Amino acid sequence: MAQKNATSLLAAIVGIALLTGFSIYALHAENEVSMLILLAAGLGGAFVAHKSGFAARATQGLQTHRQAGNLCIVFAFAVVVLVFRNDHFALLQLATLLLYSAVCIGLNLQIGYCGVMNFAGAAFFGVGAYTAAVLATHTQVPHPLVLLAGGLAAALIGSVLLLPVLRTRGHYAALVTIAFGTMFRSFLEVNDTLGGPQGLTVPGLQILGWKLSDGPELFGVSFSFYVNYVILAFALVTAMFILTKRIKRSWIGLSLDAVRIDETAASTFGIHIVRWKITAFVIGNLFAGIAGAFFAMMTGFVAPTNFTLADSLILLSIVVLGGIGNLWGILPAAAIVLLLPEKLQAIQEYRFLLYAVAVILILLFRPQGIFPRRLRAFIPGWGNAR
Amino acid sequence: MRTGNGEAIPVNAMDIGFIGQHVWNGVMLGVIYAMVAVGFTLFFGVLDVIKFSHGDVLTLGGFVGLATYLGLQRAGVVSPLIQLTAVLAASIGSMALLGALIARYLVLPMRNAPAFITLLITLMIGTVIRESIRLFYPNGSNPQPFPQLLPTHSSHLGSFTLRTDTLILVAAGVTVIWLVHMLVNHTRLGLAIRAVAQDSETARIMGINFRWVVLATFGLGSGLAALAGLMNGMFYSEVYFGNGLMLAVIGFSAAVIGGLGNIYGAILGGFLFAAIQIATVVVLPLPSAYKEVIAFGMVIVLLAFKPTGLIGEKSSERV
Repeated sequence: MAQKNATSLLAAIVGIALLTGFSIYALHAENEVSMLILLAAGLGGAFVAHKSGFAARATQGLQTHRQAGNLCIVFAFAVVVLVFRNDHFALLQLATLLLYSAVCIGLNLQIGYCGVMNFAGAAFFGVGAYTAAVLATHTQVPHPLVLLAGGLAAALIGSVLLLPVLRTRGHYAALVTIAFGTMFRSFLEVNDTLGGPQGLTVPGLQILGWKLSDGPELFGVSFSFYVNYVILAFALVTAMFILTKRIKRSWIGLSLDAVRIDETAASTFGIHIVRWKITAFVIGNLFAGIAGAFFAMMTGFVAPTNFTLADSLILLSIVVLGGIGNLWGILPAAAIVLLLPEKLQAIQEYRFLLYAVAVILILLFRPQGIFPRRLRAFIPGWGNAR
Repeated sequence: MRTGNGEAIPVNAMDIGFIGQHVWNGVMLGVIYAMVAVGFTLFFGVLDVIKFSHGDVLTLGGFVGLATYLGLQRAGVVSPLIQLTAVLAASIGSMALLGALIARYLVLPMRNAPAFITLLITLMIGTVIRESIRLFYPNGSNPQPFPQLLPTHSSHLGSFTLRTDTLILVAAGVTVIWLVHMLVNHTRLGLAIRAVAQDSETARIMGINFRWVVLATFGLGSGLAALAGLMNGMFYSEVYFGNGLMLAVIGFSAAVIGGLGNIYGAILGGFLFAAIQIATVVVLPLPSAYKEVIAFGMVIVLLAFKPTGLIGEKSSERV
């Protein structure tokens, strides 16, 4: 058994190393030929890893050696950041990827765990962004609180919207979120105090006197200022990831699952459906709002075009691609959805069309997503050991 | 979307004619919204799904009509009557077929999936249609001028201008809605649709061809959408790939505030939505661009007080 554990840990480390190398090359890739080669290599590698049982072993390694595995992931992240220390664009992409993943973690909590529909993910992201823009420009509120305020604003608006709908079932929650998403965008476009279609500029993030817009210098090596943001975004996503993971493993997660799978049965077991729906919706929107506030302060600019229904659908594409309810699937899915069109300029124009087709095909033929959510394992590695 | 001719009138002309103009525009919009909402309600009735691609089917109907017209022009057919008939036939026929195909291959297989999945898949179908128009129609990302297929004679009553074509459009819309009502309530097909809506399993036991009824309903609703798309195009004299999304959200809202699954509710909701929009423009001292914001705000508020719509959902919860 010890022997097997050691090999699975080794497999996990090798897997992480391979993925790190792959992402570094993917972020580096300049022309379309190298991107296509990478794509083929990625698909082929994934296939081989899956068929040979390597992927399963690596996953098992991660599950049995949690601390070692997590250390490896942090180390891999540090390597990626070091490699790109002066590449503004790659770092910006990385940070954007992380923030979108944060929103998708929230959406996963809502849709994947509790089954509350949310078709306005981008709008809640936007609520956070605009809250941050207004607060950071017009008040002296410390910036960490601004981030939190962005999240709270999104959570508050979300719960006010959803509260009345919870008395019924069915498609009404969907309508309310869609209507809110549409309304939010129209409102931003016509409201002059919020900058109208031109949007607003946002000052850079500043924490306890530390300006994130100044590039750090360590041991005589200068870094792009985006390094700050990437590291902070990584910390943010990690915190949300761990929190969501904990929620999932707790009895709260069990209740959420029960609410999603069968409301009637859940309520006969004494589970308060409305309470859990609201909880999931509020936490999810809190994540989206915080990520939005962070995004606004990182890019220094907010405009209505970033928060449309199409963007909400992109977020949902990420969730569906990654496997509804599967947190680990989010990052690779986000990478596919966000990076691929950036790198392959030829498909940039067609990206909405391609995602839509991809999501339709996935929902028709593999509704559990590319990386499906695994069965709840109460004892780590128990399912695989048999 | 714009207010039509309303915006051109200066504010000081706030007389009966001005208000009449707005009311007339509201009636026009209400007819279009009601036609979209009836589609939503029909689909929901037979399959318990929200088909969100409905708005984009509508837009595509408008574009098929436009393409047919341009094709006829190029072929040298100039008779207005033939043009109108061909445009109507091509647009409605193709969209009815498309609606049935979507139902057959994309909606029916998913009918036992969670509501979220069906809604997402139809949203994505809508995206495919919308993006295809934008990418593959020549210069599709810009609004395309839509031809005047109806007589454009206009008569003036003070500051109130009545365009003949809008009169015809409203009359046609009301007639079509009435025809749908007759179809659903007084024909064998309508009886089958209502039976399936009430209880699809029992309907099947009674020998109703479930799949055929569903396909017919989706064809009917999509044909209706195509007609609404043509009317929208003629009213605004342009078609735009992004129109459908907003019309879908409006149509869905209208169907829900009326009460999903109820045709009269959908009609009521459509006119109510148009009334809210027009009232916002006339009464509130805000730029008319706020009318969507106010209208959707009202939808959310209405749902808070009447969560199942003004005319409540007819089917009770079945476990």
